[in-house]
Amino acid sequence: MANTQSMCTSFMSQLMLGEHQLGTATLVSRTSLTAPTTDTLKAALYLTTATINAATTVYTVTGEVSGTNYTAGGVTVTNATAPASTNTSATAGVAFFTPSASLTFTTVTLSTAFDCVLLYNSTQSNKAISVHTFGSQTVTAGSFSLTMPANTTSAALIRLATT
Amino acid sequence: MLVTTTKGDMDDSLLEKRNGTVDNDNELTTWVEYWLEGELVHRSAHVTLKKTVTLTSSVASF
Repeated sequence: MANTQSMCTSFMSQLMLGEHQLGTATLVSRTSLTAPTTDTLKAALYLTTATINAATTVYTVTGEVSGTNYTAGGVTVTNATAPASTNTSATAGVAFFTPSASLTFTTVTLSTAFDCVLLYNSTQSNKAISVHTFGSQTVTAGSFSLTMPANTTSAALIRLATT
Repeated sequence: MLVTTTKGDMDDSLLEKRNGTVDNDNELTTWVEYWLEGELVHRSAHVTLKKTVTLTSSVASF
C-alpha cells in the first residue's frame, strides 16, 4: 500500500456541481439565501501504509495517524484566499488555489511513519479534494508543519489548466 | 533554550542535537532531533511542499 499525490477524481466532478467553495465565499445561494458561506477545509495526515490517492472520495480514519495531541480529522486549513485565474493565451489559462497559511501540528507525538496529507472539505460531508505526499516522517514531542507553495499560476497547490 | 521533550521541558545544553535537510523536486524538509543518553526525546519536522497537483482540462469540438 502507498499514498499517491493527486487531485481526487471525485473533486473534479464536484467542481462542476458547485459543491466546493474554496477561499473567500461569494456564493449566496448554496447553503444560505442571505449570506455567502465559506467552506471549512481540513487536512489530515496518513501513515505510509495507507492508500490515499485519486480514488479517495472522502476523509477516512482508516490509515490516519494517531498519537499524542493529534485529533482525528486533522487541523483546519486557513482558507482566506480566493482562487484566482489567469489567461495565458486565447485558448489557455490557469485557475489556482493555495491555502493561505501553513498547516501546523503542535507538540504532537506521531511515532508511526507518515508521508501524506489529505485536503478535504469538512463543510461538504468531508469530500476529498487533493492528496499531497512527502518523505516519510515521525514526530516526537515536537511540531510538524507543512508550508504551502507560492500561490502562483505555476506553483499553487491546486491548479486547473487548459492547454 | 528550553526544548519540549518526552521528559518535559529541558535545556538544550543537556541534549545532543541532530538536524538535517531533504531538498528534492517534491519538497524541502528540515528536521531537528534532540537525544538524551541515546534516547530520542524530541523530533520536529517542517515540510515545504513544492509540487502542485494539476487538472488539465479540455473542451470537445463540435
